[in-house]
Amino acid sequence: MTVVLTARDLTRHYEVSRGLFKGHAVVRALNGVSFELEAGKTLAVVGESGCGKSTLARALTLIEEPSSGSLKIAGQEVAGANKAERKQLRKDVQMVFQSPYASLNPRQKVGDQLAEPLLINTALSASERREKVQAMMKQVGLRPEHYHRYPHMFSGGQRQRIALARAMMLQPKVLVADEPTSALDVSIQAQVLNLFMDLQQEFNTAYVFISHNLAVVRHVADEVLVMYLGRPVEMGPKEEIYTRPLHPYTQALLSATPTIHPDPLKPKIKIAGELPNPLNPPSGCAFHKRCAYATEFCSTHEPSLRVLDNRQVACHHAELFLQA
Amino acid sequence: MSLLEIKNLNVRFGDANAVPVVDGLSLSVDKGEVLAIVGESGSGKSVTMMALMGLIEAPGIVTADALNFDGKNMLTLSPRQRRQVVGKDMAMVFQDPMTALNPSYTVGFQIEEVLRLHLKMSKKDARKRAIELLEKVEIPAAASRMQAYPHQLSGGMSQRVAIAMAIAAEPKLLIADEPTTALDVTIQAQIMDLLLNLQREQDMALVLITHDLAVVAETAQRVCVMYAGQAVEVGNVPGLFDVPAHPYSEALLAAIPEHSMGAARLATLPGIVPGRYDRPQGCLLSPRCPYVQDTCRQQRPALEPKAHSQVRCFFPLNQEVA
Repeated sequence: MTVVLTARDLTRHYEVSRGLFKGHAVVRALNGVSFELEAGKTLAVVGESGCGKSTLARALTLIEEPSSGSLKIAGQEVAGANKAERKQLRKDVQMVFQSPYASLNPRQKVGDQLAEPLLINTALSASERREKVQAMMKQVGLRPEHYHRYPHMFSGGQRQRIALARAMMLQPKVLVADEPTSALDVSIQAQVLNLFMDLQQEFNTAYVFISHNLAVVRHVADEVLVMYLGRPVEMGPKEEIYTRPLHPYTQALLSATPTIHPDPLKPKIKIAGELPNPLNPPSGCAFHKRCAYATEFCSTHEPSLRVLDNRQVACHHAELFLQA
Repeated sequence: MSLLEIKNLNVRFGDANAVPVVDGLSLSVDKGEVLAIVGESGSGKSVTMMALMGLIEAPGIVTADALNFDGKNMLTLSPRQRRQVVGKDMAMVFQDPMTALNPSYTVGFQIEEVLRLHLKMSKKDARKRAIELLEKVEIPAAASRMQAYPHQLSGGMSQRVAIAMAIAAEPKLLIADEPTTALDVTIQAQIMDLLLNLQREQDMALVLITHDLAVVAETAQRVCVMYAGQAVEVGNVPGLFDVPAHPYSEALLAAIPEHSMGAARLATLPGIVPGRYDRPQGCLLSPRCPYVQDTCRQQRPALEPKAHSQVRCFFPLNQEVA
């Protein structure tokens, strides 16, 4: 298989003003994320708000420069690429956003919105573009005769189909989807997820699927990356993570997710408190204040990702959970 | 006698011939019961509860054969009398905690207001009680949080404050409209836990409006599934999850990724919920139903008791009695 996306130690820090005469504070929104993604595979990124999922998406789609680290798209290094190379890179990475109400231009016909990537990036004639757009509309389950309609004439599910069609117009190598179904109803969500899977099979696209819904992630992902406060805490194959999570945060996340067949004998792991202030993160392990297994050592030493049981985990006590 | 009795509730917007948003809904809630209302957007779940609280304004029209709460007929109450019930015996927690609180007042003031208005407490007593309430909803350093404005609180904290306000007058019925939709998973688990603990402690009835079937499975005793303004199935939990009788309940369950674990595709209902102007003549689900027959296209079924639950379907599923 070909690796289409490689991230090495990707980091993004923001400087926040604290007011006149005071120095800038640094928010470490993204801290040392590394992964490889093969064509046709899906990496799911999970975590709660403020964990850096969306910052990662923005870095991957070249919307923002990473502060440090390296990002390779289809073998091409992003840092140091010139303007022409960047244009080519942008073609290879496309994005689908969370809200299909905000991500489509309300004043432009959907046909024109779908044709715009072709207009910018290809030398196709107007009639060829139109043909391609209508073929894509058919593929995502929209009627080609709706070419001249405006976004407000479509339902939320249909709009997300349009957004997905727009992202797939240039047949990108990587598609970054930031919470693509969280604004949709369950039955519509199922339709859109099916469409995602169909298109992946058809075009062999690699997906970076960002979501907080662990049930959805379990359905779509091959690999799962769990993040907490900008740091990766556990990453590995989906089955390993879901059947035997080794990081206490992953365990808590999985346990907190409601299920339709609750097991009354299995007590829920509760984590107390809320996400710490990213301006002032705890010392040592970022999770230690909410963790039931935290020891003195955790509050002073920051764990780094290490390989254990076929995955990477950033926890000093991960061995504890191996026997369980 | 049940605490809340809704019979044949209809809500329309516009004139009397407009398509009803809530269509002939009958429902009862007992004291201390947890009832969940599930459905997709536009199915009328929130409007039902707003009608009950008298929050539907013109051009909305509310009609019902009965709308009784705690022995009072909510339909004939004057606005003044209604205000004495709503917020006191019947309270509501809304979806978005950031907009449910008034940004211009401290949280302490907002909780005290409920106490002084409904329980006629003195300023001093109200303050004391408000701190107790904040402690009850597990807000750390409650006394110092009294002075906080809503923007200084996180989403989970704001929702706790909203809950504290709702339970301040010890209501008999608490309506929670998607109380955790705007929150993260771990915070969602904390808030649901809190709501259920309070419900048990105070023996309140809890009506939980949600679109998340998994939340229902974990919390409710009874569930009402709504589709396009109608209740299509009312049954017990977990019965309805094991043997759904209405094709829509079945489809909703099947659409959850958890349900079709390992399968490449999720089961879906084709199409979308019928809109205002394309409502079918027969059963509202008939254009999307995989089991549709000629009868379904011509007549609308009524909600009738079947083997395990009340079902609005001519050909209910899973009717073998075990």
